Amino acid sequence: MTEPTVFELSSPGRQGVKFPDSDVPKTSLPKGFVRKELALPEMSEIDVVRHFTHLSSMNYSIDTGLYPLGSCTMKYNPKINEVTARLPGFAFSHPRQPEDTIQGNLYLMYALQEYLKEISGFAGVTLAPSAGAQGEFTGTLIIRKYHEDRGDSKRTRMLIPDSAHGTNPATSAMTGFEVVPLPSDERGNVDLDALRQLADDRLAGLMLTNPNTLGLFDEHVLEVVRIVHEAGGLVYGDGANLNALLGIVRPGDLGFDVMHFNLHKTFSTPHGGGGPGSGPVAVSQKLLDFLPDPLVVEVQPAEGDDPALYGFVRPAKTIGRLKAFHGQFGMHIRAYTYIRMHGAPGLRDIAEKAVLNANYMMQKIKQAYHLPYDRVCMHEFVVEGFWKDVPDIHALDIAKRLMDYKFHPPTNYFPLNVHEALMIEPTETESIESMDAYIDAMLKIAKEAREEPQLLHDAPHNTPVGRCDELKAAKNLMFCCYPLNELQKK
Amino acid sequence: MEYPKELKYQKTDEWVKVEGGIATIGISDYAQDSLSDVVFVEFEVETGDTVKVGATLATIESVKAAAEVVFPVSGTIIEVNEKLPGTPETLNTEPYGKGWLCKVKLSKPEELDSLLDAKAYEAYCQDR
Amino acid sequence: MFTPHTEKDVEAMLKSIGAKSVEELFKVVPAKHRFPELDLPPAASEMEIMGELQELADANGTTQNMLCFLGAGAYDHYTPAAVDMLLRRSEFYTAYTPYQPEISQGTLQTIFEYQSMLSHLTGMDIMNASHYDGATACAEAVILANEQFRGKRKQFLVSRAVNPQYREVMRTYMQGFPEIKIVGDEPETGIDADMQKLIAQIDSNTALVLVQYPDFFGRIIDYTPLVEAAHAQGALVAVAVNPTALGILTPPGEIGADIVVGEGQPLGLPLSYGGPYLGMFGVKEPLLRKISGRLVGETTDVRGQRAFVLTLTAREQHIRREKASSNICSNQGLMTTCAAIYLSLLGKTGFAKVSDLCYQKAHYAQKELTSIKGFKPMFAETPFFHEFVVKCPGDVEDLLEHLEDYEILGGYDLGKDYPELKGCLMVAVTEKMSKDSIDYFKASIEEVSHD
Repeated sequence: MTEPTVFELSSPGRQGVKFPDSDVPKTSLPKGFVRKELALPEMSEIDVVRHFTHLSSMNYSIDTGLYPLGSCTMKYNPKINEVTARLPGFAFSHPRQPEDTIQGNLYLMYALQEYLKEISGFAGVTLAPSAGAQGEFTGTLIIRKYHEDRGDSKRTRMLIPDSAHGTNPATSAMTGFEVVPLPSDERGNVDLDALRQLADDRLAGLMLTNPNTLGLFDEHVLEVVRIVHEAGGLVYGDGANLNALLGIVRPGDLGFDVMHFNLHKTFSTPHGGGGPGSGPVAVSQKLLDFLPDPLVVEVQPAEGDDPALYGFVRPAKTIGRLKAFHGQFGMHIRAYTYIRMHGAPGLRDIAEKAVLNANYMMQKIKQAYHLPYDRVCMHEFVVEGFWKDVPDIHALDIAKRLMDYKFHPPTNYFPLNVHEALMIEPTETESIESMDAYIDAMLKIAKEAREEPQLLHDAPHNTPVGRCDELKAAKNLMFCCYPLNELQKK
Repeated sequence: MEYPKELKYQKTDEWVKVEGGIATIGISDYAQDSLSDVVFVEFEVETGDTVKVGATLATIESVKAAAEVVFPVSGTIIEVNEKLPGTPETLNTEPYGKGWLCKVKLSKPEELDSLLDAKAYEAYCQDR
Repeated sequence: MFTPHTEKDVEAMLKSIGAKSVEELFKVVPAKHRFPELDLPPAASEMEIMGELQELADANGTTQNMLCFLGAGAYDHYTPAAVDMLLRRSEFYTAYTPYQPEISQGTLQTIFEYQSMLSHLTGMDIMNASHYDGATACAEAVILANEQFRGKRKQFLVSRAVNPQYREVMRTYMQGFPEIKIVGDEPETGIDADMQKLIAQIDSNTALVLVQYPDFFGRIIDYTPLVEAAHAQGALVAVAVNPTALGILTPPGEIGADIVVGEGQPLGLPLSYGGPYLGMFGVKEPLLRKISGRLVGETTDVRGQRAFVLTLTAREQHIRREKASSNICSNQGLMTTCAAIYLSLLGKTGFAKVSDLCYQKAHYAQKELTSIKGFKPMFAETPFFHEFVVKCPGDVEDLLEHLEDYEILGGYDLGKDYPELKGCLMVAVTEKMSKDSIDYFKASIEEVSHD
């Protein structure tokens, strides 16, 4: 089942949406700058709508079914978010408007900052970063500037656990740090001995995901933080797994110095096929001055009937501007809506059900899949997609076969410290029936692996396309539709 | 998996063949097997460069992975396999033959003593 | 709020796990920090939150109830109804990153079509699947150039006529590498359209020269001499573009740009107070391996059908980790879809027309405004696209404040960023603006100026 491209659907002379003719006197175009050819599609509106509708039907999505992608937190995206984000008063506001004309926006951003501070136990929050990775970058830049400001130029090393998401080391490298890997112990915690050895005066900080990508809460987290602080380093919290901690514990209370949030994970803003995300960052008191520019503050407190006034400031020792304007505002609205609809008890309910769901699935799935770390998990867990008695079957085959059962596969081949890893995170919005159906499929596949392995090797069978030739893609390097790729060669 | 006896190896999966003070360097069968289909090879050095043990020789990309090849020896580069970037799959088909990466005139032959022989390298690979 | 569990469900699940209570599952959390009391407003129902947000939204002035002549990096264009309708399809917006191609062809083909249209529009060989915005795309251009020269070239030139926010972000991104110098935008180098003073700074230590087209002031400049000078020294050239302008103007790829970056917000994305927007990033073929961000390539599947996949993923952070040139993971996903739909709906004729309408109306507005007593054109000798600069007789901030009373967002006060342009107002005009509205704008300024 394939869909033609917009170019294959074009017909010369067809037009979609039309605009009225110019109502002003004509000015001639600048000589020497007029483009010769504009080969965009020529389709009628109905054809465009049908085309993208067909394409959408080839996608799996949260609204289609369970998406147990570990560390992605594919929870239900509330529809009310889509309505509030589109309110014209928000959607039609220009980022350069004078502050007195958009107090509604500024209040929302300020309130969201305050809510995130309260949820995480920190002194300050910036809403500027565009995604988790940019939030991480903000955090590592703040750590770097903090040490620089103290005149401590020896601190060039960032410790990163071997289970960390790839963005952690990539971010540290972008900040100019030397990345030093930190091993885990046999229970999945940070190896304390290894940490003690590396805790010296070259230590800038530690990037810790807690619970980690194995879904495990570090049993010695307070000691880990203490060791790093004693050595003069700072602790960065990767908040990708915050879904397990809402109302349960605040990273600020545990001693973390800075952390990022993923609004598109914990706070239900949609994944959009790869984005947009939003990665606000929270900092402790001593790091407030380093926050990025701009920051929303209350410029005038409320007085009598007059509401408070809000505006932007540039923090005193800011790391600088991270992007044009002030952040992914459309995502801020959605997160604000979400937090306001839950309140404190609602947020705690999220974490409790997320962890309950994950443990429920783990107990059932471990009956057929090897669980390398057999302890109570948080919101996700990792099993091996590999059995010694059928060595030809790999995590990849299991993942592809799940699609035949109309499920999205879990995260596979991550984290790196588990062989043939399958990382499963149901999230709190899945019901017991939904999870049972998934567990059932996983158990059936384990059986098929022994009795009918070819079903796994040839999977998926029932999807719009089958397994794709990735080698061919990497060799042919075709990034453009015909006929544009031909035009380019001229 | 092949481990030619006359070569020396590093734990980072490079092999070295020494003939009269010149070392030819490549990646082992184990390495190409782990990477699977190689699609891209880029040299980080040129003929004439002086290099030290541990410096980056090349970057290799396959569909699912990327790896850096590092120098197992120090010296001056006398030849780089110019044909390789155009036919990266040679690293998979002939890792010990046509898939050689570069030739170095050794400046510190004693470095060869720290390398593994075929038997030791094979044992190391079995345990991974 | 959205958890479906009944009491019976919870009981059954706890039994299955062998736990007595849900709290028990959190034993591992240090007791003294467990279960904090969060001070948050009480939970609001959907109906209540809708009312609350409606109130907040209504407290704003917007481009719906005010005439918008404000640009400076974000533009008030008309988005056809079908764009948002299609974006609301939850198969698009609740889908994940398309790592499993068999069930993500919708997202993958949409990105592929976006890549195709944008690379043609900009004249480049390959466009990636997005960066966060125009500013961060510029920063990534610096990172790419640094990688390309393996850190051996330390000078990165940027024109003073590039959006000040973009320049600042480039510096934020490189602060971990103090040996890298981003220069060329000092007041002394100036903003002359001939670019001579900037060109004079290009030497063999230059890795990259970055300019904007049209530039921050809306000017259309011929960068051919600059490109020649840069290439003569082996340096790369990056051009930050406004995509609407490329509906009628020569694309930078044709004059030799090595990298194209820019802000894709004008392609159907709502203004939304600055985000989410769309960072465009494209290169010529020799730089393919250095490009960061996701790429979609065409291939076939086991059934012999055409299919699309993420490719060259070995460049990215999840594989390269600390050796990756960029840490980008989530990009602007749905905004790429938005741009693809917008460009398909407008198509060859429509997009060129919108571009032309912006040009025509802006030129009419410029003639009208500069005919007001005391208001003079700036950069009169240089052609412009849809944004232009006017020297005002008095204080620009005052003028803009007064114009607010007329329900007009009059433009951008350049004196905020450029001391040498104190008293200069930058005005943007899009296809949305009718002649009557422009005439009203002129009349309002006249009234305000005579007070």
